[in-house]
Amino acid sequence: MEHVSRVLTRGIAGHSVWRYLLNSAVVALGTVLAGSVVALLAATAVARFRFRFRTTFLILLLIVQMIPAEALLIPLFLMVRRLGLYDQLLGLVVVNVGFTLPFAIWMLRTFVAAVPKELEEAAAIDGAGRLVTFWRVLFPLVAPGLVATSIFSFITAWNEFVFALTLINDQGGYTMPVALGFFTSQRSTDWGGIMAASTLMTIPVIVFFLLVQRRMVSGLVAGAVKG
Amino acid sequence: MAQTSTLDRGGATPSAPARRPTAPRRSRGLPAWAVPYALLLPGLLVIGGLLLYPLYQMVEMSFYKVGLRQIRPNPRPAEFLGAGNYTEVFRSELFWSSLRNTVVFAAVTVALTLLAGTLVGLLLHRLGRAMSTFVVVGIMAAWATPPTATAVIWKWLFDADAGVVNWALGLLPGPLSELIFGTSDWSGRPWLNSPATIYLVLVVAVVWASFPFIAVSVLAGLKSIPSELYEAARVDGSGPVTTFWKITFPLLRPVFSVLLVLSVIWDFKVFTQLYVLAGGTTNREAFNLSLWAYTEAFSAPPKMGFGAAIAVVLTLILLVITGVYVRQIVRTEDVR
Repeated sequence: MEHVSRVLTRGIAGHSVWRYLLNSAVVALGTVLAGSVVALLAATAVARFRFRFRTTFLILLLIVQMIPAEALLIPLFLMVRRLGLYDQLLGLVVVNVGFTLPFAIWMLRTFVAAVPKELEEAAAIDGAGRLVTFWRVLFPLVAPGLVATSIFSFITAWNEFVFALTLINDQGGYTMPVALGFFTSQRSTDWGGIMAASTLMTIPVIVFFLLVQRRMVSGLVAGAVKG
Repeated sequence: MAQTSTLDRGGATPSAPARRPTAPRRSRGLPAWAVPYALLLPGLLVIGGLLLYPLYQMVEMSFYKVGLRQIRPNPRPAEFLGAGNYTEVFRSELFWSSLRNTVVFAAVTVALTLLAGTLVGLLLHRLGRAMSTFVVVGIMAAWATPPTATAVIWKWLFDADAGVVNWALGLLPGPLSELIFGTSDWSGRPWLNSPATIYLVLVVAVVWASFPFIAVSVLAGLKSIPSELYEAARVDGSGPVTTFWKITFPLLRPVFSVLLVLSVIWDFKVFTQLYVLAGGTTNREAFNLSLWAYTEAFSAPPKMGFGAAIAVVLTLILLVITGVYVRQIVRTEDVR
């Protein structure tokens, strides 16, 4: 505990650990908020409609998930600089949305498909418009799956290392994983402090994970493997 | 006109006359065929703008010399090199050592991950409900642990002076150490200096973090196998090993092949853990392809075109593996 309080008060690289945890939280929450809306719309499209290019889109989702982040890092770095988002948390949010979206759509579509179609048809019979049906009928029923998917995106963005390492220069903007990496390389013998910082970074992830573990594990397995 | 056949049939029923007048309003919205495309549009824009377009830029950049002059404000135009970056990549000794590190690491890690994951999955299937949940939550916590934290924890365990591993080895008799390492005792053994032992620690760390996902997937597959098959096998006097190879494995073959390809893809591009364990970008012999690409592009002097060429090679390897994965998914699941 003394290590924890020391890391919390004295901090790493001139900033309190709270600062890095806050940066990580901002990036992860921003990614989830922006990403889940887009993912829900796209997941509804592939789970509820039959249209041309549907298979193409699903295969595209599979393929883009395999692109290594380190490969796209170089063009994304230049793009983020050109947009004036270098050294800003918003730039990290944008990049993380791109990298979490394909899997979020893939995972969420199984949850959308699990909602019985008859409910929406019943709502349509009652004269509800498409928007009302989506918002009042589908959304509440998909909400638990949306939470599980969002938490997966949250954890991915919270843990993300290489973009945060490259797209943020100022130490005040470091996210927790980068701060931890920096701390480890600077004071490689202060294991108490390093472990305290790792623990602080890991606790939110484990807590979130425990909250939704059952639904998330089934969603993950369904998303990755349909055997 | 907007919705489904149910609407057409049910629209005239007297059960909902009061709401009926709202129906024409819907016709002012999008035509039915356009709805899925409209829903997809934001997603397509994100994927196109943040994944596909950068992918194209990366390929384009790999044919140019892109350095500090090109990424500063008021950039100079980049010099076209043709295949020059690629010739340099294939000529470089670092390419072959990085490729070897990448491939050997992936092969060893995937094999151990699948083995450990399958064994734990089989164990979970035999445990009672409460115990199984308890173990699943426990191991998945390891899976959810941030890669940076995973790497740092294992770095600490294998630390030369403060590490638990060296302390535990120190409890073993000295002559054994002399036999294996040629040193008189176990203390102070630096695990994280030479590439071979860095990768040893990396394998341990990555297997530790990734076997839970395999175990949980295998468990989900096992639950789908009817228990009658196992009863029949038991009646016929089949032992556990035979039962696994004759019943479990054939039935779960699609699950295993997808897990195999996914693991290969994940382990091919491991970056964060290696970066932390190898202590950044200084230990060139410990590079794998992604760390090498990163180093060329981002440590001074930045050679972004060269880095992009390495990244293209890595991506091509992954795309070939992904092709196998996609074929497997298309075969086992209705993406249609």
